[in-house]
Amino acid sequence: MLLNQFLLLSAILFSIGTYGVIVRKNGVLVLMSIELILNAVNINLIAFSTYWGLGGQVFALFVIAVAAAEVGVGLAIVLLIYRNRRSIDIDTLDELKG
Amino acid sequence: MSNLLAAAASTSFAAPANVAFAVLAVFMIAAAVRVVTTKNVVHAALWLVVVLGGVGINYLLLQAEFVAMTQFLVYLGAVVVLFLFGTMLTRAPLGVSDDLDNNQRGLGIFVGVLLFVVIAFATITMFTNDKLTFEAYDGRVTTAGSNGRTQAVSDAIFGSYLIPFEVVSVLLLAALIGAIVLARRD
Amino acid sequence: MWFFTHVWIIPALMVLSFLVILLFGKRMPKKGSEIGILFVGIAFVLALATGANWWTWSRGGPEVTGKASEAAALSHVQKECAPVAAKEYEESQEEGKAEAAESKGTKEKSGEGAFGRSVAAKASEKGGEPEIATRPVVRCLTWFHTGDDVMTVGTLVDGQSVLMLIVVTLISLLVHIFSTDYVGGDRRYTHYFAFLSLFTASMLFFVLSESTLQMIVGWELVGVCSFALIGHWWEEKPNTDAALKAFLTNRVGDIGLLVGMSVLFFGAGRSFSVLDVNILANEGAIRHVVLLVAACCLITAVMSKSGQFVLHTWLPDAMAGPTPVSALIHAATMVVAGIYLVARLYPVFFSGLSIAGSSVNLLAVIGAVTALFGALLAFVQKDIKKVLAYSTVSQLGFMVCSLGVGAWTAAMFHLFTHAFFKACLFLGAGSLSHACHHSFNMVDDMGGLRKIMPRTFWTYVIATGALAGIFPLSGFWSKDEILAGTGSFPGTEGANGSYHFMLVMMLLAAFCTAAYMTRTIWYAFFGEFRGHGHPHESGPRITVPLMILATLGAVAGLANLPPSLQIIDVPSGVATRFEKFVEPVGLYFPAISHAGFNLGLALLSLGVGISGIVVSYLYFWKGSFRWAQGLSSRNKLAGRGKKFLENKYYLDWLYTDVIVRFVKYPLANAANWFNQNVLDGVVNGVGRGAVGTGRWVYDNVDQKVVDGTVNGIGAGASGAGGVLRHLQSGRIQQYAALFFIAAAVLTGVFVVAIG
Repeated sequence: MLLNQFLLLSAILFSIGTYGVIVRKNGVLVLMSIELILNAVNINLIAFSTYWGLGGQVFALFVIAVAAAEVGVGLAIVLLIYRNRRSIDIDTLDELKG
Repeated sequence: MSNLLAAAASTSFAAPANVAFAVLAVFMIAAAVRVVTTKNVVHAALWLVVVLGGVGINYLLLQAEFVAMTQFLVYLGAVVVLFLFGTMLTRAPLGVSDDLDNNQRGLGIFVGVLLFVVIAFATITMFTNDKLTFEAYDGRVTTAGSNGRTQAVSDAIFGSYLIPFEVVSVLLLAALIGAIVLARRD
Repeated sequence: MWFFTHVWIIPALMVLSFLVILLFGKRMPKKGSEIGILFVGIAFVLALATGANWWTWSRGGPEVTGKASEAAALSHVQKECAPVAAKEYEESQEEGKAEAAESKGTKEKSGEGAFGRSVAAKASEKGGEPEIATRPVVRCLTWFHTGDDVMTVGTLVDGQSVLMLIVVTLISLLVHIFSTDYVGGDRRYTHYFAFLSLFTASMLFFVLSESTLQMIVGWELVGVCSFALIGHWWEEKPNTDAALKAFLTNRVGDIGLLVGMSVLFFGAGRSFSVLDVNILANEGAIRHVVLLVAACCLITAVMSKSGQFVLHTWLPDAMAGPTPVSALIHAATMVVAGIYLVARLYPVFFSGLSIAGSSVNLLAVIGAVTALFGALLAFVQKDIKKVLAYSTVSQLGFMVCSLGVGAWTAAMFHLFTHAFFKACLFLGAGSLSHACHHSFNMVDDMGGLRKIMPRTFWTYVIATGALAGIFPLSGFWSKDEILAGTGSFPGTEGANGSYHFMLVMMLLAAFCTAAYMTRTIWYAFFGEFRGHGHPHESGPRITVPLMILATLGAVAGLANLPPSLQIIDVPSGVATRFEKFVEPVGLYFPAISHAGFNLGLALLSLGVGISGIVVSYLYFWKGSFRWAQGLSSRNKLAGRGKKFLENKYYLDWLYTDVIVRFVKYPLANAANWFNQNVLDGVVNGVGRGAVGTGRWVYDNVDQKVVDGTVNGIGAGASGAGGVLRHLQSGRIQQYAALFFIAAAVLTGVFVVAIG
């Protein structure tokens, strides 16, 4: 198997995830797109781990753990937003508008 | 075993690993596209499941069994459930809803394409025709280039990478407490 | 020698007199006239003393031989005043000393020791007396200096100046005495005497000048005093007009004076010293053309001041002043300032006009023309003073002509004698008018005064005879010497050139002089009295000066008897005493030759004078030439001729109506038009152009370009802000998109550049 096929797959998933982050209005869906990105990265790491050594797998494990924690906190924030505004439309969160 | 390994290492299209990968890749990409384009929030979550599962099977193809298991457990078991809980708790519109995309589709496509082009260019120029080699498990713990078995991984975690491990655990703790604090009602 | 070095006291005394009269005159019992008379009397005495001193000095007299070493050691020319002269005199002194050391005891040549090479060079010409170089005494102070040029003011004493000192102070004294009676009770009596003193001081200052700059100052000063005195009764407009005319006409000539003196200054190597200029001109160190130009310029000055033809128009009008003033200024002293100037700077004229050996030159022509034309004008005057004024013009023409033909001593001698008899004539006219209610119109207001005013009559007759040149009165000798000097009469020898035209003109002028003076005597003293009132002889203060002057006018001729009268010889001690006194010999005077006495010429001039008297006598007394009476009204040519003379050759018309009017109206208007339209137009145009340019620049450059740039920058900034603020939309996803783009770009850069 070529290394590149995994890397390209990872790239495709990463791009799709980025598209989703930018396009999706619902906060939860944004978080899902972020998951996509993280998983694409993980594929990359594991593919390189096969190529170069064990560090990639260890890193990928940590990424999984951190991603989980991040989703949790992110959803908590979304919940708070929902409680305060009655909607989780990210487009309406433009208080930092300059 | 060795011919399997050899088969795995070969790049011919007819090798089973390649076929499996090709099928898997198609599924995964389709599912990922559906995640970001579907008009149903719950469907998006379900498609995400497909993607995450496909990722795990990719790990298996790459002989990272421990990571694959962890992937299945954590992501499919916990994260997706979280997502579904989040969907429900935030009264996400169930069923088909048109109001899930903002009007930045062009920008999004542009960014995605740009990123893909850059990464693809980089990877193709750097790693053209680099083959992945698979070695038989020979019981040795950690060798450079070994495909890694669970034992090797655990030895690495609790050996070389102990401190990151501890830090991650603290991080998880912080995240746990943070999530609870944030989400409690008072 | 003390008098020579202290001769400045004489003018200073008169200045002091002027100041004292101005300050204290009104309070004095005689209203200031006594101060004037006192000071001028002292000045006269001092002048006589100086003259006596000069008499011995010029002959190398006992004063020098007695203190030979002291006098020889005393430099008579101060070095700062005339450096060239001082150097030359020192050199000649050294030479003379060497010669004296060699030839001691030879009294004839250089018995007195330190005298110049001219001693040996000039053997005695006249009667065996050695010719001694004149030693002028020069003293000066530094007036101011600019750069390397030093202007000095000081005194130059030689025979000429001493002669003028005596003449001026004497006439001034007599005029002062005359004035106490004539202008007694005048509205500005004190002021009059003050100005008489000032005039005397100015004239003395002029006469003693040792630098050309000083001469200019003196010249102008006497002009100013003349102006003040002519306009003494300025309440009547004709008097002020006459004063202005005198001053302005003199001004025209002064242009020539200034230019001429400047030319001489540069020609003589930047020196104002009279002595230096003369020595340099005499030696030929100044280029001929420079001398010619300077001479011509100075001749214009002489024309105006000494009333030569075309610039003489002011002199007759100047008779508007009081008669003593006319006697002093316009007969004896001021008008001869021009003659004195030429005589003083004679080397310039002698070399510049090439007087020797030619038969015509500018000076002689002007003099001769003036002599005749002035005399012609005297025939048509009714005013006795005007007759005398034209007579003065004519006689001044004689003097100028004499200088022009090279008869220098003759000119000075004529100046000397003319001062006496002309002053006598003027004062006589004053005495006449004093008796005729201040009228000078001899035709209408006088007549038959012979018996009533005998003293006036006889002095007038003697003075007229002198003027006409009747033997043995002084005029005969001086006029004959002039005529001999022209060198034109066959048989005269020793003249400098042969000026035929001048001789003819002067003989005609002499004829006219005798004729019109006889006419005056007829109108004033003979016939019936035509005026009103009862005339009587004037008092002693008037008649005594008249008598003194008449006496002098009679005997002054004996001062310059020629050495040989062709039939008898004159003893050498008596002959040419005047010449020896006055004429300089030496470095600073050209070697002119003196014409000898010619009996034929003398008889001719005497005959001309007598025939003039006879013709007038026949016409007026005997009533002959009936056909000539009323000729001017019957004959058109004669009438036009008379009208021409009456209008003074239309010169006044030319000056006033043509020249001045041209300047006043067309020229001034043209200049004004030029100024207003062209010059101001240019200036205004430039101004308007500047304003227009400014406006254009403001509108286009300032408003559009500069402000446009500034505004553009502002608009650009705000526009950029307007555009860039969309970056901060507050929307997270946009920020995220930007992150990703940036990351992709960076990665691309790294990959491409490094990879």
